[in-house]
Amino acid sequence: MPEQKIRVLIAKPGLDGHDRGAKVIARALRDAGMEVIYTGLRQTPEMIASAAAQEDVDVIGLSILSGAHNTLCSRLMDILRAKGMMDVTVLIGGIIPEADIPNLKKAGVAEVFLPGTTTQAIVDFIRQRVAAAPRGV
Amino acid sequence: MKDKGDERREATSNPALEARQNRSGGPRAWEEKTLRRALANSPERAADFTTVSSYSVRRLYTNADLVDWIPERDLGSPGEPPYTRGIHPTMYRGRLWTMRQFAGFGTAEDTNRRFRYLLAQGQTGLSVAFDLPTLMGYDSDHLMSEGEVGKCGVAIGSLADMEALFDRIPLADVTTSMTINGPAAAVWAMYLVVAEKQGADWRKLSGTLQNDILKEYIAQKEYLFPPAPSMRLVTDTIEFGAKHTAKFNPISISGYHIREAGATAIQELAFTLRDGIEYVEACLERGLDIDEFAPRLSFFFNAHNDFFEEIAKYRAARRIWCQVMRERFGAKNPRSWALRFHAQTAGCSLTAQQPYNNVVRTAAQALAAVLGGTQSLHTNSLDEAWALPSESAATIALRTQQILAHESGVTNTADPFGGSYFLETLTNEIDDAAQNYIEKIDALGGMVAAIECGYPQREIADAAYRYQMAVDRKEKIVVGVNDYVTDKEPIEILRIDESVAERQSDRLRRLRAERSNDEIERRLGALRKAAAGSENLMPYLYEAAKAYATLGEICDALRQVFGVHEEAIIT
Repeated sequence: MPEQKIRVLIAKPGLDGHDRGAKVIARALRDAGMEVIYTGLRQTPEMIASAAAQEDVDVIGLSILSGAHNTLCSRLMDILRAKGMMDVTVLIGGIIPEADIPNLKKAGVAEVFLPGTTTQAIVDFIRQRVAAAPRGV
Repeated sequence: MKDKGDERREATSNPALEARQNRSGGPRAWEEKTLRRALANSPERAADFTTVSSYSVRRLYTNADLVDWIPERDLGSPGEPPYTRGIHPTMYRGRLWTMRQFAGFGTAEDTNRRFRYLLAQGQTGLSVAFDLPTLMGYDSDHLMSEGEVGKCGVAIGSLADMEALFDRIPLADVTTSMTINGPAAAVWAMYLVVAEKQGADWRKLSGTLQNDILKEYIAQKEYLFPPAPSMRLVTDTIEFGAKHTAKFNPISISGYHIREAGATAIQELAFTLRDGIEYVEACLERGLDIDEFAPRLSFFFNAHNDFFEEIAKYRAARRIWCQVMRERFGAKNPRSWALRFHAQTAGCSLTAQQPYNNVVRTAAQALAAVLGGTQSLHTNSLDEAWALPSESAATIALRTQQILAHESGVTNTADPFGGSYFLETLTNEIDDAAQNYIEKIDALGGMVAAIECGYPQREIADAAYRYQMAVDRKEKIVVGVNDYVTDKEPIEILRIDESVAERQSDRLRRLRAERSNDEIERRLGALRKAAAGSENLMPYLYEAAKAYATLGEICDALRQVFGVHEEAIIT
């Protein structure tokens, strides 16, 4: 049986229009053989959670460069918790001060990728994570 | 019609070039005599040497590369067409560039303090960074504003905030640049009311409104309305400015954000100039005379890492624009031909790793902008891959400009690189390549049509991906990121807390309770009615702003008439 493709939702929450990183990551994950859905800009946490449920993704990758990550991530994590979707791996990339990382992780974010991360590092992280803890098992 | 580019392109099998290359002491002889042996003993570090835009750079440039380059036609003199050497005869010997640091965070009071600090440190112009809710035309208490208030810039919700922003700053004396696009006309109206209340004469006001909606669709993505009504708003501001604010730049046609989104230098240049052509065409369609508005069109370019590529880009920009204005649009006033620009060092080149290295990157980028003849300059701060700049980081960034201006000596003469074989060749090549792109966009039916079919967006996304892959494969070295890596060195950064959002929401509640809401309704009704017609909207925006309508209310009124824009997703 062919191996199931890893499904990833790349999302841009909030008002931030910087989409260079999100698009590069979307293409890199697709080139690495994953199924990638990109939400487009200006998604609320509610919209992102329902897209993730609808598309049945393994991973949500958030791209935030506006400084709104604390508010937007904690809202998203609350919604995922309420929907029983805590088995979805949530990753963040963008302009994130290091001091914010412990709290983001405590809220359930699996990893924070800062500027300078290679696309391969993100591909590897996702593969390991999904292999170690497949969804719904 | 045959242009210079065509002539240069046809010159590849030029007998004069062949002769020049082959003569004794010429490049061919040097290759045979000296180079071959040197390469045999010690090969070069790579097969191909490229710019940060992946543009190939040859081993050596000589006069053989400039065989059909005619200095009188292609270079000229400073202050004369085609302005390759700069738009002023004396360049920085007369007046230095304006040191204009982009700043804004928190509330209007927070930013007012930073502005007055920067002016006290010798900064010569102001530049306002607005927060995302303001840029998107939402009030601070709108659902979409959650988490964003005061984060990326200052929150400006109404005339009351604009008054606080410029408290104790005389707008008659200081030039102000405002980086806002979707709601630019409404924000400018607020600024004009503040100036009027301070007693400043609009005709003497000097500054720049970014107001470049096309690059929003292409790259920065802070658009509100669909392209047609957005182009109308831009044209309204240019028309209003030509009549009432003769010294204010109503638009800054911007390549900066196109480059930050991943474009190459050539794409940045070409898309920006083609955007400029689109605005000129819209104004001509409105019935404006070219020489009535063209002198006030201003530009904004990125100053990226690749030193010579950037200098060549600015020089080519001036030469192409001069040609476009004279030949394509028949402008008669030399001030319409001269491309004036602001430059900002490349935010996307800053690294979170080893942040102090960013001071060096920024200095080199700023030097390129100065050698390229910029009229004003923003230098980024070392901490901007982490957060908005702290006061101390912003001070070093300003000092970088002051050191270039007063210590480096590069301001002593105009266009110091003029006549360099390499730089003139690169200027020619970038000129040609940008003109090819412009022709391609013309063939697509213009920039709005090109945007609607996703052409520039796709070109930029492809270039961004190619660059990232080159960095990932270490074909391009980024110091501290993929080579020369060390342990982290933490730095102090600026924190914006959530109390800004609460203070802004309180302020809006008070404002809505205290002002005349009947008048607001009347002003917004008039604005909606005018928007549905074809009148210039500036007078209506001015009245609404003066009555303390919030930015969200004004933009909602326009959204009701114009609708909103959703982009087609391109990854």
